[in-house]
Amino acid sequence: MIRTLGKCVREYKKPAVLTIIFIVLEAVIETFIPFITANLVNSIKDGTEMTAIIKTGLLLILMAAISLGCGATAGVTCAKASTGFSKNVRHDVFAKIQTFSFRNIDKFSTASLVTRLTTDVNNLQMAFMMLIRIAVRAPLLLIFAFVMAFVMGGKLAVTFVIVIPFLTFGLLTVAHFAMPAFRRVFKKYDRLNESIEENVRGMRVIKGFSREPYEKKKFGAAAESICQDFTKAERIVALNGPIMQICVYFNMVFILSVGSKLVISDLGQTIDVGQISAMLTYGMQILMQLMMLSMIYVMLTMSAESIRRLCEVLDETPAIANPENAVTEVRDGSIEFTDVNFKYSEKAKKYALFDIDLKIESGMTVGIIGGTGSSKSTLVQLIPRLYDVTVGSVRVGGVDVREYDLDTLRNSVSMVLQKNVLFSGTIRENLRWGNPDATDAEMEEACKLSQAHEFVMGFADGYDTKIEQGGTNVSGGQKQRLCIARALLKKPKILILDDSTSAVDTKTDALIRAGFEKYIPDTTKIIIAQRVASVQNADLILVMDNGKISAMGKHDELLKTSEIYREVYEQQTNGGDGDAA
Amino acid sequence: MPRNPKVYGAPKKPGEALKSLKRIVKMLYGFYPVLVPVTIFCIIFSAAVSSVPAIFVQKVTADIAEYSQTGDWEAAKAVIFPKIGILIGLYVLSIAAITIYQQLMAYMTHGFLNHMRCAMFDGMQDLPISYFDTHKHGDIMSYYTNDIDTLRQLVSQSIPTLIQAGSIVLFVLSIMLYYSIWLTLVVLGGVFLMMLVSGKVGGGSAKYFVRQQQSVGKQEGFVQEMMNGQKVIKVFCHETESREAFDALNNTLCEDSYRAHAYANILGPVIMNIGNVLYVIIATVGGLFLTCGLKNFSLSGIAFGIDIVVPFLNMTKQFTGNVNQVSQQVNSIIMAVAGAERIFGLMDEKPETDDGYVTLVNAEIDADGNITETTARTHQWAWKHPHTADGTVTYTPLRGEVTMNEVDFAYVEGKNVLHDVSVYAEPGQKIAFVGATGAGKTTITNLINRFYDIADGKIRYDGININKIKKSDLRRSLGIVLQETNLFTGSVMDNIRYGRLDATDEECREAARLAGADDFISRLPEGYETELTNNGANLSQGQRQLIAIARAAVADPPVMILDEATSSIDTRTEAIVQRGMDALMKGRTVFVIAHRLSTVKNSDVIMVLDHGRIIERGSHEKLIAEKGTYYQLYTGAFELE
Repeated sequence: MIRTLGKCVREYKKPAVLTIIFIVLEAVIETFIPFITANLVNSIKDGTEMTAIIKTGLLLILMAAISLGCGATAGVTCAKASTGFSKNVRHDVFAKIQTFSFRNIDKFSTASLVTRLTTDVNNLQMAFMMLIRIAVRAPLLLIFAFVMAFVMGGKLAVTFVIVIPFLTFGLLTVAHFAMPAFRRVFKKYDRLNESIEENVRGMRVIKGFSREPYEKKKFGAAAESICQDFTKAERIVALNGPIMQICVYFNMVFILSVGSKLVISDLGQTIDVGQISAMLTYGMQILMQLMMLSMIYVMLTMSAESIRRLCEVLDETPAIANPENAVTEVRDGSIEFTDVNFKYSEKAKKYALFDIDLKIESGMTVGIIGGTGSSKSTLVQLIPRLYDVTVGSVRVGGVDVREYDLDTLRNSVSMVLQKNVLFSGTIRENLRWGNPDATDAEMEEACKLSQAHEFVMGFADGYDTKIEQGGTNVSGGQKQRLCIARALLKKPKILILDDSTSAVDTKTDALIRAGFEKYIPDTTKIIIAQRVASVQNADLILVMDNGKISAMGKHDELLKTSEIYREVYEQQTNGGDGDAA
Repeated sequence: MPRNPKVYGAPKKPGEALKSLKRIVKMLYGFYPVLVPVTIFCIIFSAAVSSVPAIFVQKVTADIAEYSQTGDWEAAKAVIFPKIGILIGLYVLSIAAITIYQQLMAYMTHGFLNHMRCAMFDGMQDLPISYFDTHKHGDIMSYYTNDIDTLRQLVSQSIPTLIQAGSIVLFVLSIMLYYSIWLTLVVLGGVFLMMLVSGKVGGGSAKYFVRQQQSVGKQEGFVQEMMNGQKVIKVFCHETESREAFDALNNTLCEDSYRAHAYANILGPVIMNIGNVLYVIIATVGGLFLTCGLKNFSLSGIAFGIDIVVPFLNMTKQFTGNVNQVSQQVNSIIMAVAGAERIFGLMDEKPETDDGYVTLVNAEIDADGNITETTARTHQWAWKHPHTADGTVTYTPLRGEVTMNEVDFAYVEGKNVLHDVSVYAEPGQKIAFVGATGAGKTTITNLINRFYDIADGKIRYDGININKIKKSDLRRSLGIVLQETNLFTGSVMDNIRYGRLDATDEECREAARLAGADDFISRLPEGYETELTNNGANLSQGQRQLIAIARAAVADPPVMILDEATSSIDTRTEAIVQRGMDALMKGRTVFVIAHRLSTVKNSDVIMVLDHGRIIERGSHEKLIAEKGTYYQLYTGAFELE
């Protein structure tokens, strides 16, 4: 995990290393300061001449200035390194997601990817900052202070031999018990917040069923249990304070009582008052740094979860990659499925598609009809290689789709997804997704074909009308027509409409199809629809049922041969008068 | 879960901030009238005890200095050890106080947060639908995440630290004055300088932190949109472009974040080294006083000596450190109070009012038509109508007749979405609403179940003014299935049972069969026990709608409202559902809103709505014969949007 993320440091290695160097310098000086101060105190005590005192004072100020210089520089380089590092991590994660195939995308939820790119990277940045700053500084200061304490305090330093093991043991015990408790409670806490979100979203259902008291009770119980867990965890952590305090105070008492004996017994020869006060300072410093270390330990393990989640994305292998020596031209819009079986995940017991054998000639119009969950969408998604077949092969223009360069294939096979989105930006910008170099005339042409031109011109700003995030300011039917126009701009050899005119009225729907026949006769058109009317005139109609092609043929044939097709047709033309009343 | 990126500004007026702060403290005190004072006492006590030892330490060092001249350890012992004894006593007390208050804080903080969370949630359940229609869900969520987090920070950290550091500052200041006023003045001068510098640096940091928040918000918005449209990006081979757009935002964020952190990181060394310089100054000034034999000026009147300078030096560090703590806490308190104000805003929101007193009860109707109330589930219902005037109770059988009389309605004053709408639904009738998006179809159903209220008497249910019916009972009698299906985390069975909490497993299965959902549920990996997460993300939209219909079916309500309930179900499955529903709804009133005309065709009455007005009404045959808007819709000449 560390190695995966380590690669993200890249150009920020230099500031990171500089930070460590300056931190070390700062720590060295910081350690000597009490030493000099002790001298200063001694000279004052001894009534040394004022000039000597001022000299030592100036030396101290000089040291403070250097320490400030080092500290501030380290602060800046640290900010540079840590924010740069997190920038790189975000970049890498986002870039990685862009290489994901549909199968990879299905694995992660949108919300979880957003969290990874925001909260998790943030946690990582904090941890990194801690690591190069405090995690270097604290042990250093600890060691320096230790050495100084032994040099200056002599026998008095024995106190640390007693205190440090006690403190280390205490802090580690607390961390050992607190951390798993916190991890558990944070997970619970996330779930609680998810359930609140669910509650807010489903408020109409809750009120519709008058379930407010039920929801309150449910939430109260969940919140109460979290409260108890939190309290328990926090109370363990709260033991840190007293443990630390005991050590500090023990240290003080020990130094004072033993120190006084030492100083007085040999008349301040081996050790003097100034040294005692220096010992007190170093003692404090040692204990503070131990506290810091335990804090870092806790923080780092807390961010381990974020690190794991980020690595999960970074280590994910894209299920579909560009082949070597890829074919970069699609000859025509013919499609051939040979013995295709497909399942979404290797673990799935059931195939989503099986026994698909199908030949579509270039320029044909193919209609696909079938019930909810009959795998209509699954079938067409294999054509632009959004998923790879499990068994068998899919050929486009006579070549296996797995041999094409992905961009080539997908630019030739234009697909209008069922769950489609427009992006925030103008209509023009959205259309340009299809072709970044499209001229205004080309855009108009595509929009005329998808019957969108008229309503676009009806907007005050025409093609410069802003689309809100999620396309909320256009109606469902308008959105679908814009999505079709966007797909048309690719000038594809194969055009796939996955239930893309469901919100468009039948008349406009017919106009769109008529336009296709007239203006793009050479393009293979595959239309998935709920309405029989949308596919009735197709050259070939597939009736899908439960992952299989249950029947195929022309409209008239199917009326005779396919019971499902006939049933759907009758329902939609004669209406439910006869059978549903 | 996405956190809502919001730039937290300070509250509008300091007076209001103070008021909110007072409210928090008052609430806290209200929950823990004993523990709060105990905690405060312990905090101050431990603060006091931690500053007093400085005097004893100084006294002991003075003793050591004195006796080290003679080397008389026995005599020294007699003087020093009692002092150390007192010191130990103080330390023990201090540790006790710290342990007590930190344990209490841990206990109270989470108890308090729990209270707040539940109060917020309970209050939220009682808010009218209009609140949820007018507030972004992300914003509501951030009350529970970001704002609760800042509140936690406030209660568990800021306030105790402020009390503690504040009292240490006061104690140390008085001890310093006790020793020497001159030196104290020098320290105060240094602290003033320190505050000045830290204010400058901190201000720069704050400025860039605000910018950083804005960049974070922008980036998060972008990421959200791109992750949602990731499949579209793939289909259009738009990966490079989206990466470039992301990098542009990413670089800005990095730049702002770098500045903010750089300033913040500099602050630490600056403060520390001003502290160091101050130390030198005190030492030098102290030395100067000593050598020049200047007269000390202090509260205690002690003469100047090394035994003053040494402890003074220690106190300088303690003093500056705690002054810094106080100034930092003030900042974070201001931030936290802004969060608390938003929480209070939600808690103070006016709940949905309900003056209804007519309730729905299970009834037994005997041969003579007499109605008696019963607790058993009889599949017969009656409205229980108590009359306050004479104290009698009358029962009206529930029949499912709904009438609307010349209803006008506006969500926003002056912008009427319904004009003069009258609807008469006889019991057992199927009433359909057809019209473009925004024509007011859903508004009508919003009024019937009182998600929004209108003037008295305009809508009657079995002849009773619906404003007199208790909301929960009114809604219990109406089953609603909405286009946008919301399922809850839990098993499929739990989700169906949501319609009626005491339904048996068999009843739930029966409802699923009626809804035509049994088939696909049985094929799920764990059947009815399959866990749904994330609003049933692993199901198709059509399957979710089927579960929602089963949920409404198990409630077995006398009146049903289906708002585009079958829009995502293919027509073949819909016909199956329809059959089940028709069986279920036999003798019940049904309101149907649908886009697909095949869904509404067999309704008793179809109303065509246009811009809030009913422009046509009648049966399918009648409307076709009229050759009006409905006819045009039906023949496909018109598009519904």
